[in-house]
Amino acid sequence: MASYSTNEFRGGLKIMLDGDPYVIVENEFVKPGKGQAFNRVRVRSLKTGRVVEKTFKSGESVEAADVHETRLQYLYNDGEMWYFMDPESYEQLSADAAAMGEAVNWIKEQDMCDVTLWNGSPLSIEPPNFVVLEITETDPGLKGDTSGGGGKPATLETGAVVRVPLFVQTGELIKVDTRSGEYVARAREG
Amino acid sequence: MCGLAPWQPSAGPAVLRARACLLGRIRGFFADLGVMEVETPIASRAATSDPALDSLRTSWSGAGARPQTLYLHTSPELPMKRLLVAGSGPIFQICKVFRDGERGALHHPEFSLLEWYRPGLGYRVLMTEVANLVRHALEQPELPVRYLSYRELFQTHLGLDPMRADGEALRQAAAAIPGSRELELDRDGWLDLLLTRRIEPKLGRGRLTFVYDYPPSRAALARIRWDPEPVAERFELYLEGMELANGFQELTDPAEQRRRFDADLRKRSARGLDRFPWDEAFLAALEAGMPETAGVALGLDRLLMVATGSTRIDQVLAFPVERA
Repeated sequence: MASYSTNEFRGGLKIMLDGDPYVIVENEFVKPGKGQAFNRVRVRSLKTGRVVEKTFKSGESVEAADVHETRLQYLYNDGEMWYFMDPESYEQLSADAAAMGEAVNWIKEQDMCDVTLWNGSPLSIEPPNFVVLEITETDPGLKGDTSGGGGKPATLETGAVVRVPLFVQTGELIKVDTRSGEYVARAREG
Repeated sequence: MCGLAPWQPSAGPAVLRARACLLGRIRGFFADLGVMEVETPIASRAATSDPALDSLRTSWSGAGARPQTLYLHTSPELPMKRLLVAGSGPIFQICKVFRDGERGALHHPEFSLLEWYRPGLGYRVLMTEVANLVRHALEQPELPVRYLSYRELFQTHLGLDPMRADGEALRQAAAAIPGSRELELDRDGWLDLLLTRRIEPKLGRGRLTFVYDYPPSRAALARIRWDPEPVAERFELYLEGMELANGFQELTDPAEQRRRFDADLRKRSARGLDRFPWDEAFLAALEAGMPETAGVALGLDRLLMVATGSTRIDQVLAFPVERA
C-alpha cells in the first residue's frame, strides 16, 4: 500500500484518514528549535466535503488514497443507482445517491461529468458548470411582462426547481448554472 | 510567489536592502562591544546529536583522501566552543546553517544564524544583551522587554505547572488543539505541542518576550542548576509570535556532556534515526577546560521578517529552496 510521509504533504495530496479519503487543503510545519516537529494539516473529506484539522508528528506516514479524476458519460438511473460509462473502455460504473449529491438535479442522459473515483468506484460526481434543460411545468405568468423582474418557480425535466423570469414558459429550454442553481438565459431549441 | 519568472528572486529589492542594513547594524553592535567575528566550518565530520534535528550531508574527496561523508552544520556551536577553549575571548558568527526536513512558513532548510558567546557573562545578563542587539538591529530602542520563567509561562497561559504536570494532564490541556486526540506523545512532546500551538502565537506581540529556566529534559547543552529542584539554565526569545533565539548558560562539564550525547544518540536510535559520529574534538576541548560562558543563537531571517513586516520566510529569502 502506498503511503506518504508528512515531509511529502502538500495541498492536493489525497490521503486516507480513519478509513475515508481526504484531500489536503493546507499543510503547516510547526516546530520549536529544539523539540518535536508537527504538521498542522487542514483536510477536506472527499465524501462529505467537510474540512477538518489534524495534527501529525512530523515523520509519521499515512496511507495514500487511491483517488483519481475521470470523465464519464451519464447513462441512466434505475431508481436506486445512477449508471455511467467510460467513453473509451465502455466500462460501466454505478454511483449511489451519496456520491451523486447535488448532481441528480442537473444531469440528464448523455451528459459528460467529471467523476472522482475511489478504489475504482464513483465517490463524487461534478455536473457540467452549465446545463440546458427543458421546463416541464411553470405558471403561465402575466402577458406582456418581459422585464423578468420578480420571477416564478419552474420545474425542470430533471425534477429540479429553479426561479425563472415571468416570460419563460413551459416547454422552453433554459441554461442553468449548476454551481449556484440559478437561471442564466433562455436556450435555443435543440 | 505567483507571477514570478523562475529566475526571479522571491524577496523584493526593499527586503534585500533591509537584509544588508540589518547585517551592517549587527556587525556594528559587536564591533562596539569588542566581540570578534569568526568563521568555522560549514561541513564537518561530526553531525548534530540533537534528536530534534537532522543534518544534510555531502561528501568530500581529494588530496589523496578516500571520499568521506561530511555533515553540514545545524549550528556552529561546537567549533565556536573550541575557539573559546583556545582563548578567543568573546566571539560571534553570522553563517548559513542547514536542517533537513524543515520547511514551512517559518522554516527553511538553510537559514542565516547569528551565534555569539560571552565568556564570563551569565545567561541572565546575556538576555539583556540580546534585547539590546535586537532593539539596535530593528532601530527600535524603546521596544519593551518581558521576562517569564518557563514555569510562569505555562501557569499564566494554561494554568498548569510544566515541571510537575503528568502526561495525562498535558494531554487534557492539549484537547482544544484539533486532531490532538490521536497523537501519541511523551511528556516533552506534549509540552512542545502546547507551547507551539497554544502559547507561542501570543508571545512577544509588540515586545520582546524572554522565556527562561527550562525543564531539565529540555536542557539541550545548558547547565543544570539545583534550585532546589533542577532547572536548565536556558532561555528563548519570542517576538511577534515567533521563536527568535535560543541561549544557554553553557554546559562545561565534559563527563555530563558525554552523558547527554549518549542519551541523544539513544533517543535517535529509538526513533529510527541515523546514529551519527559525535564530535570527539569538541569533547576533548571541554576536557581541556572551557571558560564559564553564556551563548545564544538568533535566527536572522525571522528577525528580518519582523523588520520588514513579512509573514512568510520566503518573503525575505532571495531564492527559497524551490527556486534554488
